[in-house]
Amino acid sequence: MKKTLALMLALAMVFALAACGGNSAPAASEAPAEEAPAADAPAAEAPAAGEASGTFKIGGIGPMTGDAAQYGIAAMGGAQIAVDEINALGGPVQFEFQAEDDQAVADNAVNAYNTLKDWGMQIMVGAVTTGSCVAVASEAYTDRIFSLTPSASSTDVTAGKDNMFQMCFTDPNQGKAGAEYITSNFPEAKIAVIYRSDDAYSVGIRDAFADQVKDSIVYEGTFTVDTQTDFSVQVAAAQAAGADVVYLPIYYQPATVILTQAKSIGYAPTFVGVDGMDGILDQEGFDASLAEGVLVMSPFSASSTDDLTVSFVNKFQEAHGQLPNQFAADGYDCVYAIYNAIQAAGVTADMSNAEICDALVAAFTADDFSYSGLTGEGMTWSTVGEVTKLPMAFVITDGVYVKP
Amino acid sequence: MKKLKTTTKIDFATYAGVTLAFLLVYALQQGGSLTNAMKSWLVPICSFIVMAVSLNLVVGISGELSLGHAGFMSVGAFSGIVTAMSLTNAIPSGPVRLLLAILVGAVFAAVTGVIVGVPVLRLRGDYLAIVTLAFGQIIKDLINCLIVGYDSHGLHIIFNLDGLRSVSDLHMEETGVAIIKGAQGAVGVPKLSSFFAGYLLVMVALVIVLNLVRSRTGRAIMAIRDNRIAAESVGINVTKYRLIAFVTSAALAGAAGALFGLNYGGLLSSRFDFNTSILVLVYVVLGGLGNIWGSVIAATVLYILPEALRGFQDYRMLLYAVVLILVMLATNNEQLKALLGRLIPKRKGAKSNG
Amino acid sequence: MVFFSYLFSGISLGSVYAIIALGYTMVYGIAKMLNFAHGDIIMVGGYICYCSMSYLGLPVLLSVLLSMAVCTVLGVVIEGLAYKPLRQASSLAVLITAIGVSYFLQNAAQLIWGVTPKIFTSVASFPMPGDLNSLGLSSEAVVTIASCLIIMVALTLFVNKTKMGKAMRACSEDKGAAQLMGINVNKTISLTFAIGSALAAVAGVLLCSNYNTLIPTTGSMPGIKAFTAAVFGGIGSIPGAFLGGLLLGIIESMAKAYISTQLANAIVFAVLIVVLLVKPTGLLGKAVPEKV
Repeated sequence: MKKTLALMLALAMVFALAACGGNSAPAASEAPAEEAPAADAPAAEAPAAGEASGTFKIGGIGPMTGDAAQYGIAAMGGAQIAVDEINALGGPVQFEFQAEDDQAVADNAVNAYNTLKDWGMQIMVGAVTTGSCVAVASEAYTDRIFSLTPSASSTDVTAGKDNMFQMCFTDPNQGKAGAEYITSNFPEAKIAVIYRSDDAYSVGIRDAFADQVKDSIVYEGTFTVDTQTDFSVQVAAAQAAGADVVYLPIYYQPATVILTQAKSIGYAPTFVGVDGMDGILDQEGFDASLAEGVLVMSPFSASSTDDLTVSFVNKFQEAHGQLPNQFAADGYDCVYAIYNAIQAAGVTADMSNAEICDALVAAFTADDFSYSGLTGEGMTWSTVGEVTKLPMAFVITDGVYVKP
Repeated sequence: MKKLKTTTKIDFATYAGVTLAFLLVYALQQGGSLTNAMKSWLVPICSFIVMAVSLNLVVGISGELSLGHAGFMSVGAFSGIVTAMSLTNAIPSGPVRLLLAILVGAVFAAVTGVIVGVPVLRLRGDYLAIVTLAFGQIIKDLINCLIVGYDSHGLHIIFNLDGLRSVSDLHMEETGVAIIKGAQGAVGVPKLSSFFAGYLLVMVALVIVLNLVRSRTGRAIMAIRDNRIAAESVGINVTKYRLIAFVTSAALAGAAGALFGLNYGGLLSSRFDFNTSILVLVYVVLGGLGNIWGSVIAATVLYILPEALRGFQDYRMLLYAVVLILVMLATNNEQLKALLGRLIPKRKGAKSNG
Repeated sequence: MVFFSYLFSGISLGSVYAIIALGYTMVYGIAKMLNFAHGDIIMVGGYICYCSMSYLGLPVLLSVLLSMAVCTVLGVVIEGLAYKPLRQASSLAVLITAIGVSYFLQNAAQLIWGVTPKIFTSVASFPMPGDLNSLGLSSEAVVTIASCLIIMVALTLFVNKTKMGKAMRACSEDKGAAQLMGINVNKTISLTFAIGSALAAVAGVLLCSNYNTLIPTTGSMPGIKAFTAAVFGGIGSIPGAFLGGLLLGIIESMAKAYISTQLANAIVFAVLIVVLLVKPTGLLGKAVPEKV
C-alpha cells in the first residue's frame, strides 16, 4: 500500500515536471525563420571605410542568475542574435561573443570583466545593471576597452569616462521626457509617483521627474527590494490623495502587482511607465486588460510591424520561447552600432585594445555617425557617451502597443 | 629551548602559512603568471578572509549565531569611502588614505557594534540570531538613505528618510563631489586597495583574534560559550566578555569593508544584504567553528569556487549549491571522519586546536 | 475610511506571512532547525500549481492537491538526502546545508521554468459583498485567513490529540529520551517535513494568488519575513506564528502609510527587536528553564 502511494506521488511529480518542461520548447515554430538577415540588417548611414576586417571578441556582462537574471539574459540574448546575423553575412568583420554572469553585483561584475579580459575581450557590451556598470566602467576606462552598455542608464556610468557609451536613455533624460509628456497631455493632472528607493535606475528617473513637476505631485510612495510583494498601501494612499496620473519609474514585475492591486480596489488613474515597463505584456499568463490604457515610454515595441522588428522578434522567440523586451532590443542594437562604428572607423581585429577604443570613440562621436535600429531612428552619441534618440510613447490597447 | 604549546605552534603555522601563500601569489603576480581574473580575486579574498575570521570570533569562539555581519562591513565600507574621498586633496598619498579609511571604517563599525551589541547580547540562541538579522536589515536601509558630498566647506550629509531628497539638496559648491548618492550608492571611488594592503589586514586580523583567543579574555569568552552559568558563578562578567568579542569582530568587519569598498569604482548599499551575511557564515561553518585557519582556507576556496565554475555557464550556481551540500555532508560524515582518523594518526593535542 | 483600507492591507499581507510562518514554526518546533529552504519550497509549490492549471488545464482544487503532493515528496526527499545524514552534527551545519538546498532550488527553478515572471491566476478570487473590496480587503485575503485558521486548528489538534502528534512533541522535548521510549525519531522528523512542505505548497499558492507574479526568487524574501514572524510570535508556537504574521503585516502597512514607505522594513525589524528585548522568547513562546 505504502509503495503504491509513493509510486503514485512520484509519478505525479514526474508528470507535473514534464508538463512544465514541455513549455520550454519554443511555440514559434510555425513562424517562418528569416533566412536572409542581410535584407533586414540595420543600415549604417556613415560611409563605410571598407578596410575593417578580422574577428573581434565582444564580451558581455549581465546578471544571468539571481533576482535580476531576466534583464541580463534578455540583453545578452539580443546581442547574441545580432552577432549570429553579422557572422552569417560572411563579411570581413566577424564577431565572437561571450557573456559572463555578474548576478547584478558590482564586485562580481569586475570578476566577470577580468575573466573576459583573459578570454581576449576587445570590446565590451555591458554591464546590464547600473551598479555593476559603474564599477566595470572604471576598470574599462583604465584598460582602454571600448564599452557600450545596453541598459545601465545612470549618468554615473559615463561620467568622466570617454570610452563608455550608452544605448538606453539616461535616467535624467527619461525622467524629463516623462514629465514633459505628462505636462503637455495632462496639464491639470495631480500626479502620484511610486518608485523603488533602493534602486539606482528608479531613483535616478524619479529625481529628474520630480524636479520638473514638483508642484503637481500629490503623493510619493516608495518600496525596496524587501517590500516589493505588496503595494496596497501605496496604491490606496495615491487614491486617497486624489492622484489621476500615477507615474511608475520601475520595472514591469512590481508594476504588474501595482496594476493588479489598483484594479482590485477600483482605482483607475492613468498609469505612465518608463522603458523598464516594457515586457509587461510578454509575461506568461498576464491579463492584458490590467494594462489597458497604460502609457509606456519605451524605445522599443515588439508588436511593431517593420521588417527589422519582425525578424528580430521571430529569431528571439525561436531561441528563447518568448517575446523580446527592450533589454533584448538594446543588446541587439549595441552589437550593430559597434559593427557600424567598426566599419566607419576601419579598425581591424589585430589592432591593440587602446587603438580600437580610440578609433571607436572617434567614430561614435563623429558628426556624420548615426545609427538606426530597433530602439530608434538616427541615434547619435555625445562626447559624454549619452545617446540622443526620441522617446516613443505607446498606449497599451487590447494587449498591444499603439502610438497615441 | 622551551617546548612550545600546541596552540602556539598552530598559531605560528597559521601566520607562516598566510605569509607563504602571500609571497607565492605575489611572486606569481610579479612574474606575470596570474590571469587578470585571478588578480581581481585577490583583494576581495583578503576582505572575506578578514570577514570570516572576525565572524568566527562571534560564532565559533563566543558561540553566538550572528546573521547580520554584512551590516558592519557596510558601515566600514561607506565610512571608509567617505574618508578616503574627502581627504583626496589633503592627503595625496593613496596608501595613507587607505590606512586612514580602514581605521575610520573599523572605528565606525565598532561604534555600531556597541550600539547593536548592548541590546542584542541580552538574548540567546535563535532569538539572538534573528535580532542580528534585523539589525543587518536596518543598517542596510539606513545607509540606503544616506547622501554625502564634499566641497571646500567640508562634508555635507543628509538623511533622505522621506525619500524626497537628492544630491542637489546638499547645496554644495559647484566643485563639490557627491560621494554617496543614496540608492545610487558610492560612485567615482578611487581604487586604493591592493593585495599587499589586503595581506597586511589579514595578518593584523589574525594577530588580534588569535591573541585574544589565547589570552585570559579569550578563555573567559570560551568559558561563557561552554557553560554560561558556571562561568558566571566563578565571577566572570558575562556581558562584558561577550561584548568584547562582538565589538572586536564588528571593528574587523568594518576594516574589511573599507578594504573591499575601496577596491571598486562604485558600491551599492544593497551589496551588503542578508545573502552576504549568510555567505560569510558559510565560510565560518565550513572552515570549522572556532578554527581560525580553517576560516582562512574556507573563505579562499569558497570565494574562488563560483568563479572557477564560470565555464559551466547557466549551471554554475546550481553546481555551487550541490558542492556546498556535498561538502557539508562529507565533513560531517562519521565514516569519513573515522577513515581520515585512521589515515592520519592522531597526535597528542591535535583535537584541542579550538 | 482610509485607515481601514490600510488596516485591511495589513491584514492581507499579514495573513500571507502567517501561513508561511505556520510551516516554518512547525518544522522548527519539532526538528529544531532553521529551514531556510522553506521559502523556496513555497516557490516550487507556486510553480507546480501554475503548471498544473495552465499547461495541464486541471481544476483549481486538483492543482492545489497536486502541488501539495509534489512539495510533500520534495520535502521528504530533501530531508532524507540532505538533513538526515546531519542528525548528529551541529545545528549550524544543518543551517548551512539548508542554505545550500535553498540555492539549489532557486537555480533549478530558473533552469526549468526560466526567469521571466509567470503571472499566476488567483485561485481564490470571488466577488466580495458590499464595499469590502474597494476598502482593500480582497477575497484572497479572506481565503488566506480562513486557511490559516483551519490549518492552525488542525495542526494544534494533530499535535495534541494524535499518537503521531505525541511522538512529535516528545521529539521536540528530548530526542534521545524519545528514542529510548521507542519512538522512531527519524520517521517522526520525516513526517514533520512532509506536513511542513505540504503547508508550504498551500502557502505558495496563496502567496501567488495575493501577489500574482512568480519568479524563481519569489519565496526568499517572504520566507525571511515569515521566519521573522515566527520568531515574533514565539518560534515553535503554532498560534504564535499566526499572531506574529498578522501583526507583522499590520505593522508593515501602518509604517508605510503613516511613517515612511522608505523605512517600512526597517521599522518592522525595529519593532521586532523591541518586542524581543521585552519578551525574549517572542509573544507566545515558552520560556525554557535553563538546566544547571
